Amino acid sequence: MAVTDGPLVLGIETSCDETGVGIVRGHTLLADAVASSVEEHARFGGVVPEVASRAHLEAMVPTIERACETAGIKLYEVDAVAVTSGPGLAGALLVGVAAAKALALGLGKPLYGVNHLASHVAVDQLEHGPLPEPCVAMLVSGGHSSLLKVSDVTTGVEPLGATIDDAAGEAFDKVARLLGLPFPGGPHVDRAARSGSSVAIDFPRGLTSGRDLERHRFDFSFSGLKTAVARWVEARERSGEPVPVADVAASFQEAVCDVLTRKAVDAAVRHGIDDILIGGGVAANSRLRVLAEERAAAKGIRVRVPRPGLCTDNGAMVAALGSELVARGRRPSALDLPADSSLPVTTVVV
Amino acid sequence: MLLAFDTATPAVTVALFDGERVVAERTMVDAMRHGELLAPEIAAVLDEAGLVRQDLTALAVGVGPGPFTGLRVGLVTARTLASVLEIPVYGVCTLDVLAAAAVDDGTVAGPFHVATDARRKEVYWASYDAEGRRLDGPEVVKPATVATDGPVVGRGALLYPDAFPDARGPEHPSAAVLARVVADERAELLDPEPLYLRRPDIAEPHKPKRVS
Ligand SMILES: Nc1ncnc2c1ncn2[C@@H]1O[C@H](COP(=O)(O)OP(=O)(O)OP(=O)(O)O)[C@@H](O)[C@H]1O
Repeated sequence: MAVTDGPLVLGIETSCDETGVGIVRGHTLLADAVASSVEEHARFGGVVPEVASRAHLEAMVPTIERACETAGIKLYEVDAVAVTSGPGLAGALLVGVAAAKALALGLGKPLYGVNHLASHVAVDQLEHGPLPEPCVAMLVSGGHSSLLKVSDVTTGVEPLGATIDDAAGEAFDKVARLLGLPFPGGPHVDRAARSGSSVAIDFPRGLTSGRDLERHRFDFSFSGLKTAVARWVEARERSGEPVPVADVAASFQEAVCDVLTRKAVDAAVRHGIDDILIGGGVAANSRLRVLAEERAAAKGIRVRVPRPGLCTDNGAMVAALGSELVARGRRPSALDLPADSSLPVTTVVV
Repeated sequence: MLLAFDTATPAVTVALFDGERVVAERTMVDAMRHGELLAPEIAAVLDEAGLVRQDLTALAVGVGPGPFTGLRVGLVTARTLASVLEIPVYGVCTLDVLAAAAVDDGTVAGPFHVATDARRKEVYWASYDAEGRRLDGPEVVKPATVATDGPVVGRGALLYPDAFPDARGPEHPSAAVLARVVADERAELLDPEPLYLRRPDIAEPHKPKRVS
């Protein structure tokens, strides 16, 4: 597709600690500028909302300018502005929403307040072209672990299941902390696991048997797993033996990926859907990608995973969804668009 | 054409000033909805004055101090609009705007203080001379530590009558006054940087929980 095809859309994402500004033309990614305050949060072992909100204010205009420069466009050329209006940290979301409104006002262009989770799905079209619809989307990040049935990414997103306690990325981060690895822990656990054995320790698989499976067929639970890892590590330490970090990392990672992929494939089979799309920060996990491919292929199901840079929170994903909304003629949001920290996944545009 | 707004108090106030007079003004008081109210109010004053965004030549914004979330709505709006429209933005301490209003309205004669609500049983506080020039502050303080029988302007005085028995108007800042203060350079003109005066609360780091 030529770069002149489709609407030019700027997307803003501030739901957590990343200030993201992306620019797309149709399905073509032109710029994806991200400023992160993750280092400021690292010493607290988690995201501090007020620190994140302050950083968004400081980063906003420079990040918009950087995105325009990279894309080689002038702001006035933008056809529409999209912004994450939820879910996420209330104060952080509000900075992005207010900035997007100012852009829309200043440019005289339509504004789309969109759902963060639907954006994680839409982003894949920047890499692999038009979305397979319907598809089962599995979104796994530090804040979410959900299975969704997506019949139309602009109007029809239906939750199939979600975590009943910790998010998958949260489990990675907590286990990393137990193992003395830096925050955010996902990439470090992933790396450590490469030299370990995934069958060294048999960690529990939450909600995968008996009654649990009946009631929570497509739900996840990772807090029991996290506790099991903690107990195992403590026992080792108490007995004075060294903790085999690589083996713990690999076995923990296997437990998470086993459950995630098993349930995603089960959901696709159950709903007669031929495509699985994986998004969110944890989709960067190397084992998750391999295992998902393997298990889906065995059932004749295709798997699409955007490259890691597009899986973590960014502005391009918001722009991608915005572009789809414009292309499908959806109605823009009003200027009194709120930031909604608990926006339900079924609401794609506010 | 100067567009002025302030979101550092429960009031969301917006005004357009043509160099001589205020041509449109809107103020709504709702401490929880700054993010929803500001942009529609800006669109409304432009409409009311029969103007378009390209008519704007400068922005003025209250830089607080004030509750962080609302304060940031005004500042990020000002910075972004200034960047898109390629026009300058002037910041003014929100308490200075209240001081100017009190002097102009004649609610004070002689030195006075301004106090706005800082929540957590504290106020944002500054001292002024009879002309409304800031002598001291702004700072965030417990009312009891600065209790005075002298005149105190702003909502902080109404909230703590024991500490501030002589409350004077106005209660909230007005963007019309902010616009005039900038046009006449009656207060120090600042960069659009927030006056937080408090460090972020780092007690409870957390991740957003699942939502679906
Ligand atoms: N290779 C990896 N393996 C496992 N987890 C990973 C990997 N890379 C990143 N993660 C995890 O992904 C999470 C970050 O995801 P993301 O960037 O989507 O941010 P988030 O704020 O958690 O997202 P959201 O706001 O969508 O919930 C972190 O918990 C991190 O540890």
